[in-house]
Formats: sequence, C-alpha cells, structure tokens
Amino acid sequence: MTGLNPALLLLADGRFPAGGHAHSSGTEAAVKAGDVTDIATLRLFVEGRLATSGLVDAAFAAATCWRSARPGDADWRELDAEYLARTGPPRLRLAARTLGRQLLRSGERAWPSSRYGEARAALPDGVVQPIAMGVVANAAGCSPAEAALCELHHLVGTLTTGAVRLLGLDPFIVAALGASTAPELTRLAALAASTCEHPAANLPADLGLLNDVFAEHHGTWEVRLFAS
Amino acid sequence: MGSGKTALVASLCRLLADEVSLVVVTNDIFTTEDAEALRRMGVLADDRIVPVETGCCPHTAIRDDISANLDAIEELEARHAPVELTLLESGGDNLTAIFSRALVDVQIFVIDVAGGDKVPRKGGPGVTTADLLVINKTDLAPLVGADLGVMDRDARARRGELPIEFTSLVSLDGAANVAAWVRSRLTAWSNDPSRR
Repeated sequence: MTGLNPALLLLADGRFPAGGHAHSSGTEAAVKAGDVTDIATLRLFVEGRLATSGLVDAAFAAATCWRSARPGDADWRELDAEYLARTGPPRLRLAARTLGRQLLRSGERAWPSSRYGEARAALPDGVVQPIAMGVVANAAGCSPAEAALCELHHLVGTLTTGAVRLLGLDPFIVAALGASTAPELTRLAALAASTCEHPAANLPADLGLLNDVFAEHHGTWEVRLFAS
Repeated sequence: MGSGKTALVASLCRLLADEVSLVVVTNDIFTTEDAEALRRMGVLADDRIVPVETGCCPHTAIRDDISANLDAIEELEARHAPVELTLLESGGDNLTAIFSRALVDVQIFVIDVAGGDKVPRKGGPGVTTADLLVINKTDLAPLVGADLGVMDRDARARRGELPIEFTSLVSLDGAANVAAWVRSRLTAWSNDPSRR
C-alpha cells in the first residue's frame, strides 16, 4: 500500500486497546534498580533498548507482516521458535504472549483476516506480540517497514510513559525525547524491514542481557505497579 | 480508597458463594494485597480469585482498555464453568470512574461516610449512574459528623429511582441488603430472554 495509511496511526496509537498500558517493558525494574532516574538516564535506556529488543521485535513484526501478505503458510512455528530462542526468560515470554493475545483480540475486530485463526491454531501456547503485530499490521494494510516502525514506536512510548508514571518526569521534555528518536526509528525500521524475507533463523538477534535479568527479578516483586 | 470495596466483596462471597458459582477479579493498584486478603479470609477457593495489574491506570483497565481484565475473566469463567456471578473490584478512588459495558453487566459504586457527607452532592458518574450506590461505614457517622439523612437525600436527588443501600460491613452479614439486590439482579438476568 502506498501513500498515507490512517490504519497505521490507529495501530500506533497508545489508546488502541491492546493491553499495553499495564506494562512498562522493564522500566519499572530499571527505575527501582537506580538505572533510570532522570531524563538523561531515560534517554540512555531508550537508546539501548531500541538497538537490542527494539530491533529484534521490529524485525519479527516485519517478517511476519511480509509472510502474512503472501499466499500460503506464514511459517508460524518457525518464527515463534526463533523468537523464543531470543527470549529466554519465562517472564518475558509470558508478557510477550499476553500482549500478543490482547493485540490479536483488538486487531481482528478492527481489521478482520483469516490469518488470526491460522496463527492461533499454529501456536496454541500463544502468539508473541511481535508476531501478532505482523499479523495485525498486514491485515490493516501496512507494509513490513510500517509494522517495524509501529513496533519501535510502541517501545519508545512504553518506556517513556512508564518513566513519566513512575518518576513524574516533565512530560514536555519526555515528548521531546520521543521526537528525537525519529532518525533512529527510521534507521532501525528500514534495517528490520530489510531482513523480512530472510529465513527466521537469520533475523536480528542483538540482545541485552540486563533486560532479561530485570524481567525475572521484576516478576518476583510483591509490590509492583506494572505487569512487566 | 478505603471505602470498603474489598470488605463488600468478601461479605458478598460469604453470603452468596454457597448459592451461586462465583469468581472474583481484583485490580489492586500496587500489589496482590486485595486478592490475598480475600484468600486469607477464606471466603472463596484460592483459584477463584485473580489479581490483575493495571500499571498506574486503574480507570483505563476497567474502561478504555479492558484487555487484561477480560483475559482474567475469560480464564476464570472457562476454568470454573459454569460461572454464574463474576465480581470485579476496581482499583483507585475517583468519582469519575465507570466500568466498560463490555466488562460488566451492573456496577456497584461504594463510598463511605468517613469520606464526607458532601460526596453524594458532588455527583459524578459513579454516584449518579451506578446500578447500585452503597454508602458504607454507617457506624462511623456520629464520629465523623456525617449526616446520613443528608447523604440519603442528596443521593436520591442525583439518582432518581436508582437504588441506594446503606451498609456497615463490620458485621459478617453487613452486606445482606446488597446480597439481596445482587440476587434480584441475577434472577432478572436469567429471566431476560434478550440476554441469551
């Protein structure tokens, strides 16, 4: 699809009901650990995550979107296995599957497609969020690059919103931080899209170990505001 | 906040769990405290009570983006099928909070006299439109200088014919009137052909 696509804006909107508001994607753990305390450390945190889990998630969203658009089987099990290979911690898998289920629920009401049922049937343990994003993005008429951009945009929004809610950071300065990530988002979305036709095993696997550790630790807390 | 939502849920469980298949979802702001409190009270089997995190957004979770609550309810209703009554306790404290119609059939709004006898006069969607308004802690009214008559009059002015119940949940059957109301709503629901 060429030209402006309003569906992309709706899918990218934080108000689209897909359960994201309950997650901080590691920000709550980072804040408690003292890694994120102000706008400067938030910026570092966002940059680090974009380059690691952001790129991986964007690549899987793009790869799924591309496969969903062409006829035939969309390599569900292969994509899922490769995503799980990059997502070891049980808490991260749980969050990914929870958010994936919730995104599919909303997506299929907004943009029906036969791919939703196929994905669910092929992956009875759950469809992880980046794969769900690929399915929904395709159903919404988005390109793989747009699916990747949407995924990256959501990551920035989740991290920055989490920091605002936990630390009360100046929302205008945080908005400017978000805006400043535009060149990096453009670069990473293009990079993710460039791998969308590759075998799933060859998709980006740049990972940050700290995120894995934070996720498991966060899951043990009795007092937490966010689900992840 | 502290108006007695959890106490009401516990009381309703005590009064109704033997009559109907009942499950509970709690939306604690911070922890699983409400769910654990209910479990400790032994009012319901542990696996019939599920806590849901709302990430600083207790109102979003019951109104704008009900995904997490819907997941919890669907899972409970599948696990304990057939479920006749699901109680969802919201987190937060705000006179503007309402539940999504996709999540609940009826809403009970709980305020307490210690919150001040002017609250009904202030109104808001909870006070004005909730299917049942519960005014709790009537036993404290003399201690906090709250005039129950004023609260009743103001609430009726806001609610017209919609029901109001005064409660004092310190006693085990303190919610008997609310339980009776819930029973009447259950009967009406099951007799309503359009709900099939």
